[in-house]
Amino acid sequence: MAVCVAVIAKENYPLYIRSIPTENELKFHYMVHTSLDVVDEKISAMGKALVDQRELYLGLLYPTEDYKVYGYVTNSKVKFVMVVDSSNTALRDNEIRSMFRKLHNSYTDVMCNPFYNPGDRIQSRAFDSMVTSMMIQVLSRAPCCRAGEALWA
Amino acid sequence: MADAALFEFLHTEMVAELWTHPSDPGPGGQKMSLSVLEGMGFRVGQALGERLPQETLAFREELDILKFLCKDLWVAVFQKQMDSLRTNHQGTYVLQDDSFPLLIRMASGLQYLEEAPKFLAFTCGLLRGTLCILGIKSLVTASVASLPTCKFQVVIQKT
Repeated sequence: MAVCVAVIAKENYPLYIRSIPTENELKFHYMVHTSLDVVDEKISAMGKALVDQRELYLGLLYPTEDYKVYGYVTNSKVKFVMVVDSSNTALRDNEIRSMFRKLHNSYTDVMCNPFYNPGDRIQSRAFDSMVTSMMIQVLSRAPCCRAGEALWA
Repeated sequence: MADAALFEFLHTEMVAELWTHPSDPGPGGQKMSLSVLEGMGFRVGQALGERLPQETLAFREELDILKFLCKDLWVAVFQKQMDSLRTNHQGTYVLQDDSFPLLIRMASGLQYLEEAPKFLAFTCGLLRGTLCILGIKSLVTASVASLPTCKFQVVIQKT
């Protein structure tokens, strides 16, 4: 259900970035880059807050008129950023959380792969197919929403 | 349950293999073997540092990370917790294990004291790798006074 998924290393360079409408990729790259500031702000805000426990899921980072950007940070300071289409209003918070959890699990699997050197770009096919499954759902869902609206009207 | 035994045997073979065929004979080759072992431990520590804290919430400070090492990491790898953690609050931590599983099979006392360090190299790397992936650059050394008690000293590098 995502339009763009990015995995960003601790040092703020991308380990993996993929977007679905591949012609306007640069726009998504730019959006992910600007969202990093918001991520850093949230992390430092949480550090100063006297909350007992810090959550890994950062929530909605910022909305634009077409898209919403969500963030998640792991204990190793690797950030996941997801850009979602705003018109897909059916997405709830816990669905986004479960998508991030799947991403985190796949990323951990990539890390445990002895052929992967930490810090390299992610080239795992398993990771690719997991991300594709998350993105394909947006294409299969959208027509259903529109069909539903037409019936209702 | 068999995981612990498998790991111990694998570790023993790793040490034996790297020790009998050093890349060059003499003290240089042996140091190389120790750093290869430590390097292996480092990579494993990085992978464990990503997988083990997955469900826990973010760490607030350094001491939390060290406590995580003593409890969760040690239990996951050696099925027991670290026996004591001491610190001087200035970046040095001493982790003591009174019956280290990789040494306990060898002897109890002062026999084989010179052989012990090479069995600790992998574990030093493991600690360093996990700390590295959790954001702490450190230097880990191990010392044995009498088997099977061993101490791991972690010195945090200030950048």
